[in-house]
Amino acid sequence: MAQVELAGIERIFHLGDAEVHALRAIDLTIEAGEYVAVMGPSGSGKSTLLNLLGLLDLPDQGTYRLEGRDVTSLGPDQQAAVRSGRIGFVFQSFHLISRLSAAENIALPMTLAGIPPETRDARVRQALIDFGLDARADHRPDQLSGGQRQRVAIARATIMQPAILLADEPTGNLDRATGHEVTRLLEDLNTRGTTLIVVTHDPAMGERARRRVLMEDGAIRRDERPTPP
Amino acid sequence: MRLLDTVRFAAGAALGAPLRTALMALAMAIGVAAVVILTALGDGARRYVVGEFNSLGSNLVIVLPGRTETGGLGIGGLSATTPRDLTLEDAAALLRAPGVVRIAPLVVGDAEISTAGRLRSVFVVGTHADFRQVRQVNVAQGRFLPDEGLRHGGNWAVIGATLREQMFGAAPALGAHLRIGDRRFRVIGVLEASGQGLGMDMDELVLIPAPVAQAMFDTNTLFRILVEARDRNAIPTVKREIERILRARHDGESDVTLLTQDAVLGTFDRILSALTLAVAGIGAISLAVAGILVMNVMLVAVAQRTSEIGLLKALGASAAIIRRSFLVEAALLSLAGAAGGLLIGYAGAAALRVALPDLPADPPAWAVLAGLATALITGIVFGVLPARRAARLDPVEALAKRH
Ligand SMILES: Nc1ncnc2c1ncn2[C@@H]1O[C@H](COP(=O)(O)OP(=O)(O)O)[C@@H](O)[C@H]1O
Ligand SMILES: [Mg+2]
Repeated sequence: MAQVELAGIERIFHLGDAEVHALRAIDLTIEAGEYVAVMGPSGSGKSTLLNLLGLLDLPDQGTYRLEGRDVTSLGPDQQAAVRSGRIGFVFQSFHLISRLSAAENIALPMTLAGIPPETRDARVRQALIDFGLDARADHRPDQLSGGQRQRVAIARATIMQPAILLADEPTGNLDRATGHEVTRLLEDLNTRGTTLIVVTHDPAMGERARRRVLMEDGAIRRDERPTPP
Repeated sequence: MRLLDTVRFAAGAALGAPLRTALMALAMAIGVAAVVILTALGDGARRYVVGEFNSLGSNLVIVLPGRTETGGLGIGGLSATTPRDLTLEDAAALLRAPGVVRIAPLVVGDAEISTAGRLRSVFVVGTHADFRQVRQVNVAQGRFLPDEGLRHGGNWAVIGATLREQMFGAAPALGAHLRIGDRRFRVIGVLEASGQGLGMDMDELVLIPAPVAQAMFDTNTLFRILVEARDRNAIPTVKREIERILRARHDGESDVTLLTQDAVLGTFDRILSALTLAVAGIGAISLAVAGILVMNVMLVAVAQRTSEIGLLKALGASAAIIRRSFLVEAALLSLAGAAGGLLIGYAGAAALRVALPDLPADPPAWAVLAGLATALITGIVFGVLPARRAARLDPVEALAKRH
């Protein structure tokens, strides 16, 4: 059983009278622990695919089985529970809450999940150390550099120890050096077993991924796997 | 999400927009302060009147001729048909009833009075020596009417303080002669200034013996009889006895009305309590206005925090968590406003007490609780719509919103 199984996925947006076929006939299977780079021109449906994988959006047709379970038929609360426990999101624009400190932002998924404060504090302290943020725990996002912000966001995305990490152009707002640093961080997490699915325009990162999914016009044009040595 | 975490998160969100929060809390505060001050005023007035009445002595039973169903107010205003008049003999008979300490018959009428060239019309009350204890009036100069029994009386007059001022000015009043109607009276006493009481201005009347007043007004009837019971507990017995005695004297007909201070007081109490409630209602309207403001401000908050809501959903928050967080935020704002309003309200009530020392303007506990509860409920009720709107946001669209 694959971790992610998409079959015959269609996603159509209606803009007035016009129809935008954001995803068409998507069949995709991803095993646990894979490192997948989703690439393609702007507007090709990469973000829509990621949102769908993260249960933020639902397909108009097709089935999505996550860890063997058909998640498209789940109710909203169950989907929220899946997002909470199994999925981590990293966004291009970080999406940190500006009034909360770095530590509070990292703790947020646990707070929402109702995890007791003692457990939270211990895990946040460890995460701050792991991501080199221990000196920044009480800083607010506007007191952090771009790279630090994205590290906070990644710490937050992984604090619930999700099975799948979804990152939509995580280095898009960062300079080259910081981007590399963030990329390495994500790859480290993948090395330790988390499935990593990254939307990226960076060919270098695409090269490093063991699998590249190339999208065009809402469809998967090529699905490149490394040839076994 | 744990309750404490929800409260902390909501409080943080509220404090994240201080101006918005302050405005909303202020609106709530004004509403609660209005309820507190207005009810303090209304309830203060009620307690003032009740207190004044109690100081008149609550052992009084007032006997009126004629039967009337209204058991409340009605001094001078009772127009019940009079099947049989009350007489001085009735009054004398009541004096023998068990539990009755004293009685004071009242004969009233208007008359011209004159002295040394001054002339005016006054309210004349014919009564008995015991009127002084029954109505607890104090004599400032001289003495009160002497006890000559109920059927006899000399031409003595005791006058009110204002009347003395008007009729005699600086000249001595005691021992002076006063013409009332076509009779000459000697002034033997002047009452202490006291003001209004039981529907008559005690400062502007003349008291003379009841039989003299009857002769002057050419009548043998009484306006009413004041009966003083031994104590408050004796009142029911006394009322029963009065009924029995007068029925026997009036050919078996119950043709009198008995008023007690309790009944008069009860009427005042009811009127002023209703007034206080009405006034509290007016305060509550300002709370409802505050509620509408809460709703609008919370809708703005939802719009401003759209991308945050999207993020919370992406991080696994259920619709219920988001709804609750916005509701708690509205409730916290309302509570903060209500607390501020209580402070303002108590300060206002204290200021009232300084400005009007006679008025016990303390906010009643029920009004304070009702004000707080209304604020909280208003905040939550008007917070429901914004909270539901937040919970229903599509996460993908919400995340795409720039803040
Ligand atoms: N909420 C939406 N409403 C209408 N059209 C949308 C919406 N989201 C995405 N689209 C359209 O779907 C297509 C795919 O978008 P997207 O997945 O964001 O592309 P990418 O991330 O590859 O740039 C685009 O044409 C975009 O305009
Ligand atoms: Mg995109």
